[in-house]
Amino acid sequence: MNQKIKILVDRMLSGDKPSLARLISLIERESPEVPEIMELVSPSQLQPYRVGITGLAGAGKSTLVNKLTSFYRKQNLTVGIIAVDPSSVITGGAVLGDRIRMQQHYLDEGVFIRSMATRGCYGGLCKAVEDAAKLISVSGKDILIIETTGIGQTETEITKVADVVVMVLTPGFGDSIQLMKAGIIEIADIIVVNKADIEGADILVNEIRNELKYSTRKKDQLVMMVQASNDIGVAELFEEIEKKRLENNLEERILKC
Amino acid sequence: MGSTELKTIRVLIAKPGLDGHDRGAKVIARGLKDAGMEVIYLGLRLTPEQIVEAAIQEDVDAVGLSSLSGAHLALFPKIVELLRSKGGEKILVVVGGIIPKKDFAVLKEAGVSGIFGPGTPIPEIAKFIQENIQEK
Repeated sequence: MNQKIKILVDRMLSGDKPSLARLISLIERESPEVPEIMELVSPSQLQPYRVGITGLAGAGKSTLVNKLTSFYRKQNLTVGIIAVDPSSVITGGAVLGDRIRMQQHYLDEGVFIRSMATRGCYGGLCKAVEDAAKLISVSGKDILIIETTGIGQTETEITKVADVVVMVLTPGFGDSIQLMKAGIIEIADIIVVNKADIEGADILVNEIRNELKYSTRKKDQLVMMVQASNDIGVAELFEEIEKKRLENNLEERILKC
Repeated sequence: MGSTELKTIRVLIAKPGLDGHDRGAKVIARGLKDAGMEVIYLGLRLTPEQIVEAAIQEDVDAVGLSSLSGAHLALFPKIVELLRSKGGEKILVVVGGIIPKKDFAVLKEAGVSGIFGPGTPIPEIAKFIQENIQEK
């Protein structure tokens, strides 16, 4: 047993942020110690509810994450955030610029934010996201928000790691044909038309509603108009996500009986 | 730790204090991305505490600070000090912006490793970071 790893994990489990941060780096780097780390981390009884935020680049995902985090904190729920941005296919470098929207939470003891680069993955997330999510979970967070890279139609990995998927679109997205295509409407539980003050928002909402009528894959999909920067519609979005979380908890409890 | 690990350098770029000029910091962020580093761009008008907490949570290898307002002697040493007290003592601190030569010694004494003024070629900064970051 590697003593250094054991100490890091113990510290992380007692809520130490530098140790959690260090362990996530080891996972990101595919360190040979990863199996050992994951073995030491047995899943806790209460898993955090995982909120997936996905959608177009520049649609306002990080701004929404910032606002939703405030709502969770008002309920005294602690929040872990993983925000993924793309690595350059040319240099391997990246500019991770999601955190900049979340400045108000930097000094909040109840919030942990980690930016991650895709490092060669193409599904909107990165290889390390699942293990990193596990570590943040066992370090004691009630809610885990996972924000994908800006996506097109083929980045659907978020469906595998989130309990609820929020798809963020903006006016100008495209016509009904775009909405018919795979990879957008079909993966979302809640579709947000953000920047709804921009012309064309109501047309897009109508087209999405029309599309949902014919959607056979998911039930109870919602479409909501939001202006995240202006705090319009965010409280309503939060309530809908909370409803799904509480339903989810109930289902889990029934399963355990 | 292990020697077979893939090591991508992570750098946090931030502007502490009340200074609205972020063009230089953004140029550096882009340049280090092009040098193959992962740059967490934190933006401007931040307190030392905010920068240090972000650096810890992001587990960066280096922090790059920019100041053009003249407050570097108050802000940079405070950031180094906070990094040391919060478990980030191995994080390299490099700075840039408008820093008069007469202040270099004070900043170095305080724990700033590299000072890069206007016109420094970005590969020079990238090389300095590569050569001076510490194994954690």
